[in-house]
Amino acid sequence: MGRQDGCSRGKGGSMHFYKKDAGFYGGHGIVGAQVPLGCGLAFAQKYKKEESVTFAMYGDGAANQGQLFEALNMAALWDLPAILVCENNHYGMGTAEWRAAKSPSYYKRGDYVPGLKVDGMDAFAVKQACKFAKEHALKNGPILKTVVESYAGKYISSFKALTNGGDPAILEMDTYRYHGHSMSDPGSTYRTRDEISGVRQERDPIERIRKLILAHDIATEKELKDIEKQARKEVDEAIAKAKESPMPDESELFTNVYRKGYGVESFGADRKELRSQTGKNSDLTLLITQSLKQSPTHLIGHAVLYGANNMLAFYWSLIEDWSDNS
Amino acid sequence: MLGVIRQKFAGAKGVGRLRPVASAMRHYSSGTKEMTVRDALNSALDEEMAADPNVFVMGEEVGEYQGAYKITKGLLDKYGPERVVDTPITEAGFAGIGVGSAYHGLKPVIEFMTFNFSMQAIDHIINSAAKSNYMSAGQINVPIVFRGPNGPAAGVGAQHSQCYGAWYGSVPGLKVLVPYSSEDARGLLKAAIRDPDPVVFLENELLYGESFPVSAEALDSSFCLPIGKAKIEREGKDITITAFSKMVGYALKAAEILEKDGISAEIINLRSIRPLDRATINASVRKTNRLVTVEEGFPQHGIGAEICASVVEDSFGYLDAPVERIAGADVPTPYAANLERMAFPQIEDIVRAAKRVCYRSVPLAATA
Repeated sequence: MGRQDGCSRGKGGSMHFYKKDAGFYGGHGIVGAQVPLGCGLAFAQKYKKEESVTFAMYGDGAANQGQLFEALNMAALWDLPAILVCENNHYGMGTAEWRAAKSPSYYKRGDYVPGLKVDGMDAFAVKQACKFAKEHALKNGPILKTVVESYAGKYISSFKALTNGGDPAILEMDTYRYHGHSMSDPGSTYRTRDEISGVRQERDPIERIRKLILAHDIATEKELKDIEKQARKEVDEAIAKAKESPMPDESELFTNVYRKGYGVESFGADRKELRSQTGKNSDLTLLITQSLKQSPTHLIGHAVLYGANNMLAFYWSLIEDWSDNS
Repeated sequence: MLGVIRQKFAGAKGVGRLRPVASAMRHYSSGTKEMTVRDALNSALDEEMAADPNVFVMGEEVGEYQGAYKITKGLLDKYGPERVVDTPITEAGFAGIGVGSAYHGLKPVIEFMTFNFSMQAIDHIINSAAKSNYMSAGQINVPIVFRGPNGPAAGVGAQHSQCYGAWYGSVPGLKVLVPYSSEDARGLLKAAIRDPDPVVFLENELLYGESFPVSAEALDSSFCLPIGKAKIEREGKDITITAFSKMVGYALKAAEILEKDGISAEIINLRSIRPLDRATINASVRKTNRLVTVEEGFPQHGIGAEICASVVEDSFGYLDAPVERIAGADVPTPYAANLERMAFPQIEDIVRAAKRVCYRSVPLAATA
């Protein structure tokens, strides 16, 4: 939503949520590029002997990207604790998998890397498969995972036999997307409405769990309704709260381009009017303030608006600043 | 004279013709004050790997082969295959793995056998490395170095012979360093590895075998150069010439020739393309009132164009003559030796442009 209190503080966007302290390294806006990045995280986990794994998620569209195979090859060569999870919803944006992939059995794409197909609409199967994959990857290296059939357990047992030598693997999760690919996609030009409603009726993952709960008398119909109501309320409140958050301060335009603020200058669209204050040096601040007094400009947070007349002084102060900090 | 220079540089070219690489340590112990750029890079890598266990080297032929250009020679023996990682020939894959490992706190030094091959991986350099700190509002920084030979080599044709300074120099979030001498190579590579942001480190194949005097200070393992500061290689008062990497040597030679004609040239070794040291450039131009920029890259949207814009913006009133750009020709690099020579700046090009800017130009017919 581009608000100040968002997890990316308005800098990232819908494709770029991160929570590094919880081990979540984000969405990545470039289809396919997240797989080498995920394998890189696994590389670092192994390097640091952390005994943890990385799940690298990608879609059936990204499954055809060349760099996925590059990364998978290295992950397998080096036994990285990476689990490659293909979420196969059968459409890469608007292109059906059969129009994009000669072999849509993505869990088999690993060749030398064993794959597992899991029903991505069955939460229990997904949980089981992920648990297994994590144990496997820690012991043996990467995994390719594609989620499909209803009971993952039986596949896991055959998979164990298959990977008994200690190789990486892939998981393919068979799933579905009811809505369009994005805000601009009505989701109806490349598939039938019957197909969508059919999946909703027969394979909906929440409905499936609801039926299971009711069948085993774990909760009543009313209790489930209440949970649903509460969940809706929670989400509505979160949205309302998010909307209350202000837009980021204008000074944020220039922050976080580099780790350290100093040493690097940044310019706005009109470089004579808008540029970053990159220094921490107090002399620098003074120089800028003086120039502000001299010209019809104003200061916004860390971003500085000022006239063109004191450029050289500004540069010199930057230099001093760099040397002070180096 | 010029033919000799060309031969000298051409002689340094090629993996098969490298002279045996002396280890940096040998230079220390013998007290020699000369060091090749290759040894400078090698010793900088060695020292930074010794200092920080999170620093590792990854790329094609960096380990068992000892480096395609022997920059990583000896590191595998010293640090083992976990920290000197030979990769398959898959730039997009290993650049991405490098960036991912930097997300998780490692400090990878990714070697491209040449920067031409970084085009296979440019998405990871720009979209994965340069933008993560910004997009995550500072949660995920990327302390990575992409290094390797850049710029025209000799006799390898269009796909293996071009400068990427302007390409990477235009990207916010990246830092782009361009060493010339052995001191530059040591000080800047160590700075790059220690830096918390992604650094593109553009070396020059034809300089690897060149020896430069190195001060005792520069040989110290704590030596480090500031990122974003240019170096005035030679002071002058009549004209400013900016250059980076191999062209600094050409500019210095041009300055010697110009001196004989009574023109005192100030040579600025940029050292850093991003951040660009606009202050040093503008201060120099305000002193000399004249400017020639030199680079081997393509002229359009080049480093010279950016420097020219900066000087026009900030020091227009100080200019006594139009700024001139000397750059690579606006063509894919040709193979034939005579055409190749024409495609890149030569010392006489710099001398001629400098004389024009100083209004000492001889008629065109005489220079042809």
